Amino acid sequence: MIRHAKLIAAKDLRIEVSAKVLTAQILPFGLLVLVLFGFGIPPDRRVLGTDDEASRSLLEQASPGLFWLAILFSALLAINRSFAIESVDGNLDALRLAGFDPAGVFLGKSLAVASELVVLEVIVGIGAFLLYGPPLGDPLLLGSTVLLTTGAMAFAGTLYGALGAGSRLRDTLVPLLVLPVLAPVLLAATRATESSLFEGSSSGWGWVGFLGAFCLLYLGAGILSFGSLLEET
Amino acid sequence: MTTEMSPESEATQPPRHAGGSESPMFSSTASKVTSVLGWMSIVAIGALLTLGLLISPPEVSQGESVRLFYIHVPSAIVCLYIAFSITLVGSIIYLRNQSVFWDLVAGASAEVGVLFLAFTLATGMLWGKPTWGTYWTWDPRLTSTAVSFILYLGYLAVRRLDMDPVARSRRAAVLGIVSFANLIIIRFSVQWWRSLHQGATIDPRDTQLDDSMLASFFLGLVAMTLTFAWLVVHRFRVAWLEHQLEASQLETAIAERTAAAGPSTGLAPGGA
Amino acid sequence: MLGVKWPISFIAVSDPVVRLRGVVSLIGRFPALAGTDLVVEQGEVVLLQGPNGAGKSTLLRLCAGMAPIHTGHGEAFGFDLTTRAGQREVRRRVGLLGHATSLYDDLTVEENVRFWSSAAAIGRGRDGTSSSGGASGSDAARADEAMTRLGVGERLRSVKVARLSAGQRRRAAIAVVVARRPLLWLLDEPHAGLDADGRDLIDELVRQAAEQGATAIVASHELDRVDALATRVLSVVGGQVSA
Repeated sequence: MIRHAKLIAAKDLRIEVSAKVLTAQILPFGLLVLVLFGFGIPPDRRVLGTDDEASRSLLEQASPGLFWLAILFSALLAINRSFAIESVDGNLDALRLAGFDPAGVFLGKSLAVASELVVLEVIVGIGAFLLYGPPLGDPLLLGSTVLLTTGAMAFAGTLYGALGAGSRLRDTLVPLLVLPVLAPVLLAATRATESSLFEGSSSGWGWVGFLGAFCLLYLGAGILSFGSLLEET
Repeated sequence: MTTEMSPESEATQPPRHAGGSESPMFSSTASKVTSVLGWMSIVAIGALLTLGLLISPPEVSQGESVRLFYIHVPSAIVCLYIAFSITLVGSIIYLRNQSVFWDLVAGASAEVGVLFLAFTLATGMLWGKPTWGTYWTWDPRLTSTAVSFILYLGYLAVRRLDMDPVARSRRAAVLGIVSFANLIIIRFSVQWWRSLHQGATIDPRDTQLDDSMLASFFLGLVAMTLTFAWLVVHRFRVAWLEHQLEASQLETAIAERTAAAGPSTGLAPGGA
Repeated sequence: MLGVKWPISFIAVSDPVVRLRGVVSLIGRFPALAGTDLVVEQGEVVLLQGPNGAGKSTLLRLCAGMAPIHTGHGEAFGFDLTTRAGQREVRRRVGLLGHATSLYDDLTVEENVRFWSSAAAIGRGRDGTSSSGGASGSDAARADEAMTRLGVGERLRSVKVARLSAGQRRRAAIAVVVARRPLLWLLDEPHAGLDADGRDLIDELVRQAAEQGATAIVASHELDRVDALATRVLSVVGGQVSA
């Protein structure tokens, strides 16, 4: 299973390096979303509240949520791409014929999507710091949040991406399936990031624990169910 | 020839049962069971209307709007706890033994469940207007119900995918199981999220209820459950008839193709 | 008998490579195969001919463990084709050239052939699931040899598949099958889209495979071509096979 996962992940990443869909299309899309949020929420609007908050712009306050929304939308593109490369020329069929362990395919594809997401998160994250200007509070909490959110999005995304694979309706179906499932992840990631940036690590670790549990649940679900999802016969 | 087919007798039939000359084609999904269920639902709804609207008094703090609670909460309980649990159980059984029966039960239950979920959302928002002064508030129950609604719309979408029916049923079954876990995750996370930010919103369960109000609530629960059961049985039977029809069409198609090809010859080298 | 991995020599003596009895196989709700019987012994080269839509492709996929059996019995290499475990065992022993080439557009020819051949190698034990045994070199060497046999030169190997012509793409797909060194070759219209050179190459591949004890089932409209090779010619009409 692990060797199959490595093969699949290496193959997916090599395709990415060669086709540059992530760097040429998905990454600019993520950054563009950040800028567009700035149009939606005027950058000079301020929140009235405590003294501390009065100095913060609305955009800065909302920055954790906006960042994760931008990542969520970009992740949808990455997940779609991950299954698009298998659907063009009957490759999903060939993966089964070649004797790949379905759990290995799941792990490999999740791993590839996760690696792409990390790249996205780092660059879009830098963009968010530059554009929205929040403080960097607790890097450890922030790091764990990013890591576990990446896993949650990659595992759940790959599982649901496979649900639409092989159908002509995949492009539109996958967002419908993935978004409600990732809504709790968005919620948890946003709260944890908020607490790491603004509050110190008081309530953030609870959400990190939630993200970890979500990750494990979908890792297990994916490994167990991928055989049923990929097998057509 | 009978036009009845109770769920029990269907359960004993082999899952890949093919319709055909020996199997009657049903023209109706009604039976004694459903007509009893149907009449009981109507009576229960009638009693609920009388008790809930006429007999029981308005509530102290909420006034007349408490009456919505007699249908809102029961329908939420029916879809979130009963309907999607049936989908979960049906999905698990289908993955274990490929029983078309349970696949269709899971689908029928989810379809009617989504209908009840929409009803829950609508009544919840109507109830919110007099209670909170706005149709929508980020109340944990309302919010998680809305997300769950989309979640199960996705399940229904997968059931209608344009692909091999067996593979599709298997995918739907996986989704039926994972969606139930999601239901709990969404519920939990939204509840936690709101509880951190503000005090609990007005909870329907905290309201002061006298006996006739409690009676209305439980009557509502009975009425909703009966209506749900009635709709699910009918929906399931429609799906089962479709399945029978497809099976018999398949038999015909196989027979036609076999006949068109002429007699098959034993095929081994040297005619063994 | 089912689920037991027989050594290859034993298969040759006791069991046919493929045995189908009254098989009905559905594509969606269409019975592509309707009551198909077929027995293929080891070392045979069977030519399937028949009109479009007769079920040739489904028959090949079925023998590869890639199509469902609705009713009837099917075995390949002694493994039950109606079970998932049996299908998995069969898949490790076959090479299927279908209509799709199953190549990744953004990888080079070499990367593609290597990926697919290394995938096959992981599933392969030391139990005789490939025609030349496990002792004949690494995955890379297999891939290399396959490309050489298909006439994929050094220059072509480092070209992205997206930039290949249809015929070159087809050759790369055949190289993937060759690199698997299957015991059972299932070729669906292998000559389609190839130049005269490539067609000769296909014939040569099938001949060599048969010489080494492998079995081949070839669906083709190029009767005169395969006729010389075939030990048997069968016609597939309306989802059934007849002599």
